[in-house]
Amino acid sequence: MEGFVPSIADASSNLLAARSQMGFTLGFHIVLACFGVAFPAIMLIAEWRGRKRNDEAALRLARNWSKAVAVMFAVGAVSGTVLTFEFGLLWPRFMDRFGDAFGVAFAIEGIFFFLEAIFIAIYIYGWDRLSPRAHMWAAVPIVVSGVGGAFSVIAANSWMNQPQGFTLDSSGNVTNVKPLEVLTNSAAGYEFLHMLLAAYMVAGFLLASVYAVGMLRGRRDRYHRLGLIIPLSVAAIATPFQLLVGDTAARAIADDQPAKFAGMECVYEGGPDQTEYIYGRCVDGKVKDGIGIPGLDSFLVGFSKNTDVTGLNEIPKNERPPANTMLHWSFDTMVGIATLLSLLALWFAIAWYRKRDLPQTRWFLRGVAVSGVATVVALECGWIVTEVGRQPWIVQGYMRTSEAVTPAQGIWWVFGLTLAIYAALAVIAVVVLRGLSLRWQAGREEEAELPYSPPPEAPPAEGSA
Amino acid sequence: MSTADVCAAILWAGVTLYAIFGGADFGAGVWDLLADLHITGRAGARPRISAERVRGQIDRSIGPVWEANHVWLIFVLVVLWTAFPTAFSAVMTTLYIPLALAALGIVLRGSGFAFRHALPGPVQRRATTVFGISSVLTPFFMGTVVGAIASGEVPAAGDGDPTGSWIGFLPLVTGVLFVLVAAYTAAIFLVRDSGAAGDQDLRDYFAGRALVAAVIAGAAAVVGVIALHADARYVYDGLTSWPGIALVIVSGVCGLAALGLLLSGRSLGLRMAAVGAGTAVIWGYFAAAFPYMLPTSLKISDAAGASATLTEVIIVFAVAAVTVVPALILLYTLSQRQALEGYSATSDTTSPRQ
Ligand code: HDD
Ligand code: HEM
Ligand code: HEM
Repeated sequence: MEGFVPSIADASSNLLAARSQMGFTLGFHIVLACFGVAFPAIMLIAEWRGRKRNDEAALRLARNWSKAVAVMFAVGAVSGTVLTFEFGLLWPRFMDRFGDAFGVAFAIEGIFFFLEAIFIAIYIYGWDRLSPRAHMWAAVPIVVSGVGGAFSVIAANSWMNQPQGFTLDSSGNVTNVKPLEVLTNSAAGYEFLHMLLAAYMVAGFLLASVYAVGMLRGRRDRYHRLGLIIPLSVAAIATPFQLLVGDTAARAIADDQPAKFAGMECVYEGGPDQTEYIYGRCVDGKVKDGIGIPGLDSFLVGFSKNTDVTGLNEIPKNERPPANTMLHWSFDTMVGIATLLSLLALWFAIAWYRKRDLPQTRWFLRGVAVSGVATVVALECGWIVTEVGRQPWIVQGYMRTSEAVTPAQGIWWVFGLTLAIYAALAVIAVVVLRGLSLRWQAGREEEAELPYSPPPEAPPAEGSA
Repeated sequence: MSTADVCAAILWAGVTLYAIFGGADFGAGVWDLLADLHITGRAGARPRISAERVRGQIDRSIGPVWEANHVWLIFVLVVLWTAFPTAFSAVMTTLYIPLALAALGIVLRGSGFAFRHALPGPVQRRATTVFGISSVLTPFFMGTVVGAIASGEVPAAGDGDPTGSWIGFLPLVTGVLFVLVAAYTAAIFLVRDSGAAGDQDLRDYFAGRALVAAVIAGAAAVVGVIALHADARYVYDGLTSWPGIALVIVSGVCGLAALGLLLSGRSLGLRMAAVGAGTAVIWGYFAAAFPYMLPTSLKISDAAGASATLTEVIIVFAVAAVTVVPALILLYTLSQRQALEGYSATSDTTSPRQ
C-alpha cells in the first residue's frame, strides 16, 4: 500500500503541516465558539426585554436570533469535534505524555457541552411550547455553560502556557497531578477573562454591524434599531474591561513568558529603558520602519522607565519564538483595534447618556458596520500571539512541538481538503444566514426550516411583522 | 476494582451510549438515504410512502436530539485521553486513516443535516445525499477501528501498520456490522416514533425495514463470529466462556424478543429489547477483552494515567450523572411529546413539509 499514503517524508514539513492544520481549524472554530459563548446571553436580553415591556420588535429579534444560533451551533459543534480528533491525530506524543495532566479540563468541558447542546435544543423547540417563564429559564443554562465551557478550554490552553500542578518522575512520566492547580494555573485567570470578554465583543459587534448595514441602507425601523442597540451595548460594556485585562495579560507575560513577550514586542537587547515600537519590521536584530516611543515599553511593563525587559538575546537560540514580525504585527493590530473599538464604545456611551439615542451621523453607523470584522481580526491576532508566541514549545518548557507531532504522513493533503471543506462550510453558513435575514426583512419569519427548529406548521405566535 | 477499572467502566458506558444514541442517528441517516429507493414489490399491496414523509419523520425524530447524542463521542475521546493517554495515543498513531475519515464523515454529516432545509432546492438535494452517504461511511470507519483494536492490531507503543491494521477481515466485517446494527436500531426507534405519532403506514414501513435490517445484520454477525475466531482469538475465547457467554445469550434473547414484538406489531418493550440486545453484546465484548484495553497488547492498568487524574475523572463523571442525565431525560421527554404535537397538526396529509 505504499502509494496509498502520499509521502512527504520530511519531518519538519510534517510539523509545519500539522501546525497549519491545527491553527487553521482552531481559528475557524473560535469565531463560532464566540457566538456559542455570548450569543445566547444577547438573545436572552432581547427576549427578556420583549416579554417584560411587551416589546414586539425585541421578541421578534430574540426569536430570529435563536435560529441563527442554531446554524452557528451546528457548525461550531462539527468543527469542535474535528479539534478533538486533531489532538490525537496531530499531537499523539503530547496527549500520551500530558493527557492525564491537563485532560481534566476537557472532561469538565464535556459536561458544559452537553448542557449547552441540550438546552439550546429545548430553547429553540420551546418557543411555542413552553411558558414564557420556562422558556427564558431554559436559556440560563446555555449562558452558564457557555462561560463554563470557555473556562475549561482556556484552562487547558493556559496550562500549556504555564504548566503547573504535576511532577515528572525519573523517566519523564507525569505523576502527582493536582487537578485543582492545573485548572487554576497562573495564566488561567487573565486568559479566561480575556477570552470571555472577547467572545462578548465578537458576538456583540458582529451582530450590531449586521443591523448597522441595514440602517445604512435605509431600514431604520424599531426592529433594526433594537437589533443594533442590544448587541452593541453588550459589546461596548465589555470593551473597556477588555483593555484592562489585556494589559494585565501583557504584564503577566513579560514576567512569566519572557520569550513570548520579547517576540511580540521585538525586544532584541534586554535591559531597562526599552523603546516601544508601533509596527515596524523585526529584522537583523533591529526594528525597522516602526514608530518608536523611547522608554514606553519598560514603562508599560513596570510603570517605570527603569524596568528591565528580557530581550531575545538572553534566550537560547533554539527557544526563541519564530516569525517575529508577524507576532509583533499581530499584537499591535490587536491593541490598535481595541483602541479604536473603545473610542466607538465611548462615542455610543456619550450619545446615549446625553440623548438616550444613537449618534445621529452615518459615520457612527459606518463605524459599527466595520467593528464586527475588526473584532474578529483582533481575536485571531490574539490567538496568533498566544500560540505562535509560545513556539517552539507545545508545553512551555517541557515539550517541544516537534517532539509532539505525529509521524503520520499526508497531513498536507488533509490540510488542503480541510481548507476546501471549511471554505464551503463558511460560504454555505453565510448564504443560509443571509437567506434568513432576507426572509425576516420580508416579514416571512415562519418559512425557514432550520436545525432544531420545529416543523414549519407550528402556528405563528406573534402578529405579522 | 481499581480506580483504573472504574474509569474503564465509565469509558465503556460512554461507548455504549454513543453506540446506541449516536448509532440510531447514523442509522436514521441510512434510511434517509434509502428513502428514495422504492421497493415496488407486489403491485398495490401497500400504500406507497413518499420520501418526504419518511424524511419528515426522520427529521422530527432526530432533529432535537442529534447534537446532544454526538456529545457522547466527545465524552469518549476526552475520557480516553485523560484517563488512558497511552491507549489514546496508540490508537491514534495506528488507526489515523479510518479515524480521520470518520471525522470527515462527522463534519459532512452534521453540516448536511443542519443545512439541508435552509438551502434552495437543488443544493438541498445534494445536502441530503451528503447527509445520507456520510451516515453510512462514519459508522463503517468507526467499526473498522473497533475491529482493528479487537484483533490486536494496535501495538501498545503505537505506530502500528497504518493500513494493514484495519484493512483486514475482522475490521471490515465489523464496519459493515456497525452500519447494519445502526440501521436496525434506528428503524426500531422510528417504528416507535411514527407509531406514537399515530401514523400506522409509516410505522409498518419502518417495521418492514427493521426486519430486513435484522436479518441481514444477523447474517453479518455470523460472519463476524467467524472473523473473530480467525483474527481475534482472545476476544473469541472470552465471548465463548463465562462471563462473556452469558451476555451473548442475553443479547440473543433480547434480539429474538425484539423480532417477536416486531412481527406481532407491538411497540411496548420493543425499544427496550433492541437496546438490550445491543448493550449486552457491547458489554460482552468488554468482558471478553478484560483485563485488556487493547486486547493482548495493553492492559487497562498499564494504560491508566496518573492516579489523581483517575479519581478526578470519576468525580467529573458523578457530576455529569447528576446534571447531564436529568437534562437529557428532560430533552428526550420534551422532544417525544413535541414530535407528537407537531405531527398531529397535519397527520392526514402525506407530506407535512413545504
Ligand atoms: C476581541 C478581541 C480582543 C481585543 C480587543 C484584545 N484582545 Fe488580546 N487577545 C484576544 C482577543 C482580544 C484573544 C481572545 O484572541 C487572546 C488569545 C488568547 C487569549 O487569552 O486571548 C488574546 C491574547 C492576548 C495576549 C497574549 C495572552 C497569552 O499569550 O496568554 C496579550 C498579551 C493580549 N491579548 C493583550 C491585549 C491588549 C493589551 C489589548 C488591548 C489593549 C487586547 N489584548 C485587546
Ligand atoms: C480557539 C482559539 C485558538 C486559536 C485561534 C489558536 C491558534 C493556534 C495557532 C495559530 C497554532 C499554530 C501555531 C504555530 O503554527 O506556530 C496553534 C497551535 C496549537 N494550539 Fe492553539 N489556538 C487556539 C486555542 C487553543 C486551545 C484552547 C488549545 C488547547 C487547549 C490549543 C492547543 C493548540 C495546540 C496543541 C497546538 C499545536 C502545537 C503548536 O503549534 O503549538 N489552542 N493554535
Ligand atoms: C478558546 C477556545 C474555545 C472556546 C471558547 C470554545 C467554545 C466552544 C463552544 C461554546 C462550543 C459550543 C458550540 C458552538 O456554539 O460553537 C464549542 C463546541 C465544541 N468545541 Fe470548542 N471552544 C474552544 C476551543 C476548542 C478546542 C481547542 C477544542 C478541542 C478540544 C474544542 C472542542 C469543541 C467540541 C468538541 C465542540 C462540540 C461540542 C458539541 O457537540 O456541542 N473547542 N466550543
